[in-house]
Amino acid sequence: MKPILIPVVLFFAPAMALAATAEERGLEIAKEIEVRDTGFHDFKATMSMLLRNKHGEESLRDMRNQTLEVDNDGDKTLVVFDEPRDIKGTALLSFSHKAGDDDQWLYLPALKRVKRIASRNKSGPFMGSEFAYEDISSQEVEKYTYKFIDEGGHEGIPSFILERYPVDPNSGYTRQQVWVDKERYIALKIDYYDRKNSPLKTLVFRGYQQYLDQYWRADEMYMENHQTGKSTLLTWKQYDFRSGLTDGDFNKNSLKRAR
Amino acid sequence: MKAWRWVLLLIPGLLSAGEWSGFIELQGRYFPQQALDSDQSDQLVSVVLQPEYYQRWDKDKQSLLFIPFLRWDSEDDERTHGDIRELIWTYAGDGWETRAGIGKVFWGVTEALHLVDVINQTDLVENPDGEQKLGQPMIKLSLEQTWGILDLYALPGFRERTYPGEAGRLRTHPRVETDQATYQSDREERHIDLALRWSHYIGNWDIGLAYFNGTNRDPLLMPDLNNRGEVVLIPFYEQMHQTSLDLQATKGDWLWKMELLHRSLDSGSYNAATGGFEYTLVGIADSDMDLGLLGEYLYDDRGDDASTPFENDLFIGLRLTANDVEGSELLAGVIKDLDDDGWMFNLEASRRIGNDWKTSAQIRLWSDIPVDDPLYVFHRDDYLEFTLTRFF
Repeated sequence: MKPILIPVVLFFAPAMALAATAEERGLEIAKEIEVRDTGFHDFKATMSMLLRNKHGEESLRDMRNQTLEVDNDGDKTLVVFDEPRDIKGTALLSFSHKAGDDDQWLYLPALKRVKRIASRNKSGPFMGSEFAYEDISSQEVEKYTYKFIDEGGHEGIPSFILERYPVDPNSGYTRQQVWVDKERYIALKIDYYDRKNSPLKTLVFRGYQQYLDQYWRADEMYMENHQTGKSTLLTWKQYDFRSGLTDGDFNKNSLKRAR
Repeated sequence: MKAWRWVLLLIPGLLSAGEWSGFIELQGRYFPQQALDSDQSDQLVSVVLQPEYYQRWDKDKQSLLFIPFLRWDSEDDERTHGDIRELIWTYAGDGWETRAGIGKVFWGVTEALHLVDVINQTDLVENPDGEQKLGQPMIKLSLEQTWGILDLYALPGFRERTYPGEAGRLRTHPRVETDQATYQSDREERHIDLALRWSHYIGNWDIGLAYFNGTNRDPLLMPDLNNRGEVVLIPFYEQMHQTSLDLQATKGDWLWKMELLHRSLDSGSYNAATGGFEYTLVGIADSDMDLGLLGEYLYDDRGDDASTPFENDLFIGLRLTANDVEGSELLAGVIKDLDDDGWMFNLEASRRIGNDWKTSAQIRLWSDIPVDDPLYVFHRDDYLEFTLTRFF
């Protein structure tokens, strides 16, 4: 009997392995990315955005970011704006969640008013830039479903190519194609496809640096919109990991203090 | 005043380490209709200077914020005025915060009317919408705990509301004589007011419960003769207790908002409420633009005796957010009195120019206001306003 069984097993095994390589393998890679980026606790950094339209006209955004890792949920983030000057001191507090809408409060310094805002608008431009809020908010595994597509390379770096599909129906995208560094498990490039599944934007990560011997962060994130010809260069500086931030730095009072 | 001089003396020593910013603003207003009173002018030019000094030290636990404000107005001596909007020291502890000095506090959630917002006096000469506030002397202790934030305020020193002068538009007839204000309390403007507020959020709900005991920021205006024998309105500031609730539910693209208050005063106790929604249409017509639809109902159980014009009124508005590089915004709305034909129209629009400039425009119209409505005084004061601001 035995000799008969073996060919049967051989026949089924490749099919099972194939099933694991599509959705499951995509999810596996996404989970590995998250595992490797877990445990940083908190960081502070400055962000500056250089917005450029198709005529080459430029505009600058300066802000400061504080992020606190939350166990089993999305991160807490506080962003304070320095430029342009008319919104200086405006601050955005976000509690991102693995599932459902994030909680967001906006502080308007001229009125001293803290406003809870509808966070469902995650697909619109963030500060007039080519980044949507969903592009820069906490990237949780649960926010997408995945599919492994291929192995390839981005600028000579061996990569996994995956597709991910936003779970949230309010996302501005049908899918995103992500190039993930095979060795470091970090995103190198993302192609975004709009609701009509047309190519919309491409994000390229440049100048990765490792912090605390573990956490990789890109110095630059360059987003190009293929439909409008506009682009935004987001530059991260002055990363300070484990800077001592606590939960108390992320409430409505600290939002008013932030400036 | 002596205490403040002492604080001011400290400032030069701190100057080197902090940062200065602020803005200078040029404003023009045009009133197309002739005023009720020939002393009132039809147009004005005005300049604002509002520098801002900020310094933090002690690992950012302590900070000092100083915002003086100066306005010069071409027509109205009362509108030409200065104020210390803020001069406040903050200490942020672990799970608590304290502030002392002159500060500004906002309470509430609704858009058409800020009912429960009571700490700061309205700087009414600035804008009839009442959103500009005078700096309020305060000592504040704030506890930030898992059960929410509890703010305790002691407010030594009362600020009288500003009112337009003889040449100014958007004023009562007869005008308000601020120099002769009277008080219920023997301590007058030295009465120490107390307030506390608990605020928290639970899931999609944001809640604020507050209590205030002290001088009512809204004076009663009593007709009388001033020192020169002219008929004027003299502000009378009563003592009051106010208990208030503000609530917002944030559900997807919907914001549901409500503010309720109960005020007890010698001249009569009353309840008031305002509430409604803001619904946002994201990315209208395949663009980056968001369109917000706003609706709020305004109620005051004093009815026609209310000192506010909004006793049974409906506000309907549109908020257009372009999400463009210039941060262009437009807010337009109508408040309609449901008991008569009166309505008012508001439009506010703004747009950034480059990194340091901003332009904004405002239109306010009052129409079919009946003679017995508090807004009647504005019925010939429709205006257009244009502002150019340079930030530094």
